[in-house]
Amino acid sequence: MPFTAAVITFPGSNCDRDMAVAIEQITGGTVHRVWHGDAELPSGLDFIALPGGFSYGDYLRSGAMAARSPVMQSVVAAANRGTAVLGVCNGFQVLTEAGLLPGALMRNAGIRFVCRDVPLVVENSQSLFTARYTAGQRITIPVAHHDGNFFADADTLDRLEGEGRVAFRYAEPVNGSQRNIAGVLNAAGNVLGMMPHPERMIEPAHGGSDGRALFESVLAGLNVAA
Amino acid sequence: MKIRVHVSLKNGVLDPQGRAIHHALEGLGFAGVNDVRAGRLIELDVADSVSDEALDEMCRKLLANQVIENFRIEKVA
Repeated sequence: MPFTAAVITFPGSNCDRDMAVAIEQITGGTVHRVWHGDAELPSGLDFIALPGGFSYGDYLRSGAMAARSPVMQSVVAAANRGTAVLGVCNGFQVLTEAGLLPGALMRNAGIRFVCRDVPLVVENSQSLFTARYTAGQRITIPVAHHDGNFFADADTLDRLEGEGRVAFRYAEPVNGSQRNIAGVLNAAGNVLGMMPHPERMIEPAHGGSDGRALFESVLAGLNVAA
Repeated sequence: MKIRVHVSLKNGVLDPQGRAIHHALEGLGFAGVNDVRAGRLIELDVADSVSDEALDEMCRKLLANQVIENFRIEKVA
């Protein structure tokens, strides 16, 4: 079976095409584009990506409405069965609102929207999403968000750190995130949420290709033919 | 039945918007403002048959994110 992925599009998603192109180019697999109102996902998925954007206009809270849309029940079920799920930016917000990841993403501490390349440190290079990086590696990936300020209570943060569930950390303050956390894994390790956009850093024309290894990691880790 | 749901940030959660409002008030020359916390007011018009439990569940499932927010349900009339 070739690598099979789905990219979910919510009303207001705007990085869904970039995500689909990145997955296609790097994995050589098939990417299904799935609309938020679809109750069912295509069968045989290896990987589900929730893209960046401003789903439902960020009404109520960023990601709150999308997390309750019909397709998300299927995404939650798939995640609980072990399907790999990546949420980037708004996708990360959706995953926290859906309860697949701990914490919440609040307004940036500096109030302003932050849109720039940021240095990250790979904290865990053993995960499905990061195995093609090395621990402690510094990479550069762009962020573009208003609500990227990761918050969780101290006990949750300690647990995340202790269990190796902090995948990426900002190498410098970016948005006020607790402990500079940029990306977190679920307990089973098959769900990753991150504010930086790896799909926007996959070829020299993007200014770098540090995002490629994330998709290469998933492809290698799932051990399916490209 | 008119319901007001007051959603506020939990104590200890940094409120950048409240801080910006505070700063703006000071900029306008208002003295003596010690702190500002910004929240959200959601007004619902529901049938009289809607139970307290259902209202509570609405808040828990959608209207408030209990990782960062508290909520208070007020029955207006």
